Amino acid sequence: MKIHIPTPLRSYTGGLETVSIPGATVDGVFQQLTVTYPELKPHLFTPEGKLRSFVNVYLNDDDIRYLEGKQETAVTDTDELTIIPSIAGGVNL
Amino acid sequence: MLRIEYADYEALRAHGEETYPNECCGVLLGKNTAGEGDSTETINHVRQIVRAGNTRTDSAHNRYNIAPQELVKIQRQARGLGLDIVGFYHSHPDHPAQWSTTDFAEAHWLGCSYVITSIEQGKAVTTNSFLLRGTGEDDKKFEDEPIQIDIPANLAASGAANQKGSA
Repeated sequence: MKIHIPTPLRSYTGGLETVSIPGATVDGVFQQLTVTYPELKPHLFTPEGKLRSFVNVYLNDDDIRYLEGKQETAVTDTDELTIIPSIAGGVNL
Repeated sequence: MLRIEYADYEALRAHGEETYPNECCGVLLGKNTAGEGDSTETINHVRQIVRAGNTRTDSAHNRYNIAPQELVKIQRQARGLGLDIVGFYHSHPDHPAQWSTTDFAEAHWLGCSYVITSIEQGKAVTTNSFLLRGTGEDDKKFEDEPIQIDIPANLAASGAANQKGSA
């Protein structure tokens, strides 16, 4: 399936905006992604292996955190994953 | 360096005036290009700005957040245009155009430009850009970044004529 990489992480995918990774579940695809592009791993996951809090992952138009099957959700080759770090801020109080 | 068309620069400042006293936010689409000659400087060249909604309705006067789903759509839009997300902008109502500790803690797009406009009593005053440098969360830092504003030749000519007229 296709995975869309945000601008700051493309230096770890050889500059590619979109990479094709095989897998049957969201988790399986992610595991393979970090095998193919190992430098991505610390930017996506904590040392404990949890997805970093500021990294959002969308399966097509759905946040994987809210999918019924979460990261075990089944995927097909025509699905698309988008990795999108959060954007927030504001003035100091 | 951040390079941006005059019309886009004015539009992002106007956005901050419109949402005052709340913060506005948006996304800068463009291309990251290498600087000239031996320079290691890179240029975030803006080709289009996209307004985004501020989801922090609970505290919109001093916080902003762009819904990730909206970002996914904007990134898709950028892809369709052959562009990338090269930065973001937001406003600081009645606060200086300097990044805050909140801005820094919530900044994760390394290599991207973060543009901040101070809005004083509803009027856009100062616009600054900060480049988020580093290789990860441990060594990231904001650096002051010059802004190059491209002014169309016809506008520049009329501006020059006006200046002559007023001299």
